[in-house]
Formats: sequence, structure tokens, C-alpha cells
Amino acid sequence: MKYTHMLAGAALLALGATGVSAQTLQQVKDAGVLKCGTNTGLAGFAAPNADGVWEGFDIAICRAIAAAVLSDPMAVDFVPTTGETRFTALASSEIDVLVRNSTWTFTRDVDLKFTFTNVNYYDGQGFMVPSALGVSSAMELDGATICIQTGTTTELNLADFFKQHSMSYQPVPIQTNAEADQQFLAGACDAYTTDVSGLAASRATYETPGDYIILPEVISKEPLGPVVRQGDDEWADVVRWTYNALVAAEEYGVTSENIEEMVNSENPEVRRLLGVEGDLGAMLGLDAEWARRAIAAGGNYGEIFAATIGEGTASNLERGLNALWTDGGLQYSPPFR
Amino acid sequence: MTSVDFPAENFRLSMLIYDTRYRSLTIQAIAVILFMLAAAWLVNNTVQNLAALGKDFNFGFLGSRAGYDINQTLISYTNDSSHARAALVGALNTLLVAVLGCTFATILGVVFGVLRLSSNWIVARLAGVYVEMFRNVPVLLWIFTIMAVITEIAPAPSAFRGDNATSSMLFADSVAITNRGIYMPWPVWGDGWQIVVGTFILSLIAILLFGRYARKRQEDTGDILPTFWIKLGLFFIPTILIDVLMGGPVTFEFPVLERFNFEGGGFVDKALIALVLALSLYTGAFIAENVRAGILAISKGQTEAASALGLRPNRTMSLVILPQALRVIIPPLISQYLNLTKNSSLAIAVGYMDIRATLGGITMNQTGRELECMLLLMGFYLVISLAISSLMNWYNSSVALKER
Repeated sequence: MKYTHMLAGAALLALGATGVSAQTLQQVKDAGVLKCGTNTGLAGFAAPNADGVWEGFDIAICRAIAAAVLSDPMAVDFVPTTGETRFTALASSEIDVLVRNSTWTFTRDVDLKFTFTNVNYYDGQGFMVPSALGVSSAMELDGATICIQTGTTTELNLADFFKQHSMSYQPVPIQTNAEADQQFLAGACDAYTTDVSGLAASRATYETPGDYIILPEVISKEPLGPVVRQGDDEWADVVRWTYNALVAAEEYGVTSENIEEMVNSENPEVRRLLGVEGDLGAMLGLDAEWARRAIAAGGNYGEIFAATIGEGTASNLERGLNALWTDGGLQYSPPFR
Repeated sequence: MTSVDFPAENFRLSMLIYDTRYRSLTIQAIAVILFMLAAAWLVNNTVQNLAALGKDFNFGFLGSRAGYDINQTLISYTNDSSHARAALVGALNTLLVAVLGCTFATILGVVFGVLRLSSNWIVARLAGVYVEMFRNVPVLLWIFTIMAVITEIAPAPSAFRGDNATSSMLFADSVAITNRGIYMPWPVWGDGWQIVVGTFILSLIAILLFGRYARKRQEDTGDILPTFWIKLGLFFIPTILIDVLMGGPVTFEFPVLERFNFEGGGFVDKALIALVLALSLYTGAFIAENVRAGILAISKGQTEAASALGLRPNRTMSLVILPQALRVIIPPLISQYLNLTKNSSLAIAVGYMDIRATLGGITMNQTGRELECMLLLMGFYLVISLAISSLMNWYNSSVALKER
């Protein structure tokens, strides 16, 4: 895994001209399976359960896409990637779509030649410390040793934050979340920094979550979302509108439970969404019931959130910015028409 | 190639295959053509794929601001430095691991190679256990294991705090071994430090000259001086004496426990310790086998002749056997040094910022210049490996049997 991006670099050299083409949708249909890049294991977002079946907030997006395109939410090959290997894996066609808490930034979008289709989680970078350390604000971290996942926007934000406040720190770069947890729990670093959602997910897996606090400062904007290769708009549309379908479904009250009754809904937008009216599916290169299957796979956006990371789960995250726009949040789907 | 002269009218195309005079040429020509086609295909493919990805090929990104911090640097570096500077920091860190690793691996290798041939059953078996254990498990696992052991066993800095601290500093409160690394005293250069350093360099020269004198005296008279103790004395005493006489221009700063960490003094990162330990233990096992092979290659008659002359076993080993064995040991030793240097690229596993972690890790990831970064990395390792090779080849020719 460590060498995946070296391999991918070599693949750039060695593979036939399969690099980027506007045919990902056809390739996925032909293969009968969606190759989805994901985290190596982050509770709530992407982790295998006791039976070895992947589940989580990001995983649910992959399953919805597979349900829409291949009619089978389980037809997904999950490719675990580290912060370092993920973009090379995507660029070299090792994966069809990357759903791995990836922050939408200008350079990734423009210079790295990727397309971020949506924002499935509005996040920000924060700090977690043991409560025994007696720190209540990130401003008190001058001189601390900080564990940080390498190959992410996190390390740049961290450098900027400490520079801005004229503080010093000792970075301990770590490759995966599991290693970071080990270092942090052993006291090899004073604080652990990553996206607040990731911190909450990590803390949920600790033996005594109550002994650790997440500091109030959020030092960056981290819009996380699914990523595809630039230049394949057809495939980007499939991913974008599958996600929009999940958000729209929540807005119109379509859930995995009532979806069969909602087919008879009088609301023309719901009828278009569920393929009863119009031919939106055909425009995407899919059949009429694509969105119906995507919603049935894991439920609408709200259902997925509640089941994987929402309040009451181990991660226990509030909807916050990720509430629907009608509830004062930022989740908003353009109209299906 | 020799030009073959024969009448043209006799030449037929089938002779290219069936005539032994031409066959080898034909095969070589075909091989070259195939190789060039393969190379051209690769290059063409790369160009096409880069174009398809919409990426150009340039190294301009090396000049832009890196923006990330590096925890252990040999030269000054901040997040305002360029990517090229970050790569240089990484390169120096790689070289640091390589030099430290090769040194320790050689010491371990020689010691355990000799011990494995010991007539003492227990000692020989213990050396055997070391060699087989480290040689037969992948080095990455050793790196992880040693890192985990340091992390879990060594105390966190907070364990040194308070009245009922569970850990204490070693050597009169000067060295702290923590699970973040080792904090130790570090020299502070006051006024007149040049004189102290100059004295130290002079002592080094004196040690060298004394060694020559001792050898000459031994060759002339047969007397053996206690060189080790005299050299040790020369190493420390004059420098310390001068420093004290001058009122201590060179003082040591001691690490002191602050809010989160020990501050002041020197700091060796745990990742470096874990990496150097793992690499040198692993490579040392291979070198031990080279050393053992080298010693076994020297005929038993040499040992017997030496003891017949009255040499004690230690001196037989150091004066008779090892110098001859070196000729057998050096060539495989070169490969081991190269292996160690290249294996140091596993540093990223423990978060040690070598060139693979800076240029081939964060820089590559932030700039998305995979091809450029990989080519630079390959070039770097190639240059380093060739340099080590030629250095060791030069040394090998100096110990090789002189044929006159």
C-alpha cells in the first residue's frame, strides 16, 4: 500500500493510453463493479464492520453510486488509500471515484486536474488533547508536539496557524489514522490534529473517550467531497447527481422506507426524481429508476448521516453546517428538472 | 567486430541466421531494435498520458514555497523555504541515516560474524540466533516493531513532571529518554570556542600520529604500547583542560522540562533512532554472514601458524585473519551498504522525514508532480548508490592482494 503511488507513478509510464478517457461510466458498466477509493479505516466514515463489510458515511456514497449505475449497492470494490496515495490512485485510474474525506481546494481542482462533484461533509480542522494536559484552547499549544497525518491539507493549515500566532510546535508526521491513534494514546504527542469529524471518529474508538477533549478552535475550512478525474464530465455528472438525489430526497421527505409510496407522490419534482415522469435517467446514460435505487441503498442524506456519524452513534456529530438549507445548513441540491 | 572479407555474390539473406559468422550480429541487432522500440513506446506513452491528463512536465514547482514543517533538520528550514530546500533537507536526512546505519551495521556485523565462529557454544549460538532472526524477517516489520517498542515502553515527557514523577533523567539530570526521542546536553559556543575546537582537532591529529609511531615502534622493537588508553586520554584530556583553563567558552546547555516538552539542549527524534536501529540490526545480520564467510575463507593453517608464533587469539584475529578476510568481505559489503541506503526510504513508515517523505511524499502530494518527483528521487538514489559503490571499490582495491 505504501508503494501504491510509486506503482501508480510507474503505471503512468507503463500503462497503455487508458489514463484518462471520457468513458468511466462505460468502463464501470462493463466491469460490473465500481472501484471506490476510500480511507484505510476511519470509524463512522469508512471502516469494515465485524463481518468485513465496509460501512460508513463515505461508503454509503459509493454504495449509492453503485446502486444507481449497476443496480447493486454491493457491487463496489473498496480500495483503501492513504492521504498520500489517494490522488495518484485516482489519476492512474486505479479507482473510479474517490470518497475519502478529501478537501476541495483550488490546486487539487485546477492543478491536479480533478473534479470535486459535491461537498458531502462541511468540516474544519481542529485539535484533540487529553483533558489531563489542562489545555482549553489551541492558543495554549505553544511548544507542543503535534501528531499530524501526512499528505493532507492538514499539515499546511497547521503550519499556517502556528505561524500566524507566532507559536512553535514539533510535528510528528503519521501515515494513517490508526498509527496516529497509537502515538497519541501513548503520549508521544501532546495533541492530535485533523478534521473535527475525524477527531470525533477516532475518539469514539478509544477505551475512555471522556478523557480527551476537542479544542474549540476550528482553524480551517474543509469541504470534503467525492472526487473524479477532470475531463470526464459524463461520469462527474453521474456522481454529482447521485449525491444530489440523496440530498433532494431528504428535502422532499423521500426515505428508504417510504420510497415505494412516494412513487405515487403528487409533487412533480419527486416524480421526476424517482423516474415516474420525464427521462432524467436517460440523459445521464442510466435507466429511469437510477435515483430510486440510490436512495433505497442506504436511505437519503439525513438517514445516512444519522446511521453512520450522527447523534447517538459513536462519533456523535451534530448536523451543524451539514443540515439541509431549509434547516439553516449548507446542504442544498439544485433542482431536478 | 572483425570485418569479414568474402565475395559478395556468395551472400544470401538466409546466412544472417544460418551462418555462425553473422548470427550473433543479427541477434544483437534485433535485441537493440527491440530495446529501442520498448523505450520509445514507454516515452511516447508517458507523453500521451501526460497530455491526456492535461499535465505538463516542468520542475518549476521546486522554487515555490513548501508551506509545511519538518521535525528534524540538519540545515535551517522553515515552512517559507522552497520545495527544493525541503528536498535538500530530506536528502541530508537520508544521508544521515545511511551514514549512521552503515557505521553501526558494520560494527554489529563484524562483532557477530566473529562471535558466530566462537568456540564458546553459547556465544556462537546466541550470535546465530541474532543473525537468523534479523535476516529472515522483512526490515519494514523490524522498523515498525522497534518504533512501537520505543513508543510504548519509553515514558512520555509528562512522566518526568511533578514531585512523584515516575521517570527521572539519566546522568545527573542531563539526558532524558522519552517516547518522543532523546533529549541531551548540547554544546553552546561562547567566546573563544575556536581555540577549544582547534585543540580538539590537534588531539585528533596527535592520536593519528601516535598510532603511526606505536606501529613503527612495534615493528622496530616488538614492544606493544597500550594504544587504546593513550588514544582515549588524548581524545578527552587536552580539550577539557583547555576549556577549563579558558574559563569554559564551550558550555553545555541542558534540556529542561517545560510546558509540553523538554526544551533546550539537543534532541534526537525517536523515528531516527528506530530507523537507524532497525536498519543497522537488519543489515548487520547480513554483514555478519559476510564476515563469517570471509574468515572461513582463510585457511586454518594461517591461524595455526600465528599461534605457533605465540600470538594470542585476539591478535591472531586482528593482525592475521581479518586483514586477509577483508578481501573476501568488502565486495559483498558494498551491496549491503547500498541495500541499507535504499532501505532507508522506508523512513516514511515511522514519520522520519527523509527525501522520500519530503520530495516523494508531501511535496509530491501537494504539487501533484508525480513524474518529476519520482525521476528526481530515482536520480538521487542512483547518484548516492554509485558514489558509495565507487568509494568502496576504491577501498577494495587498496586492500586487494597486490600482484606485482
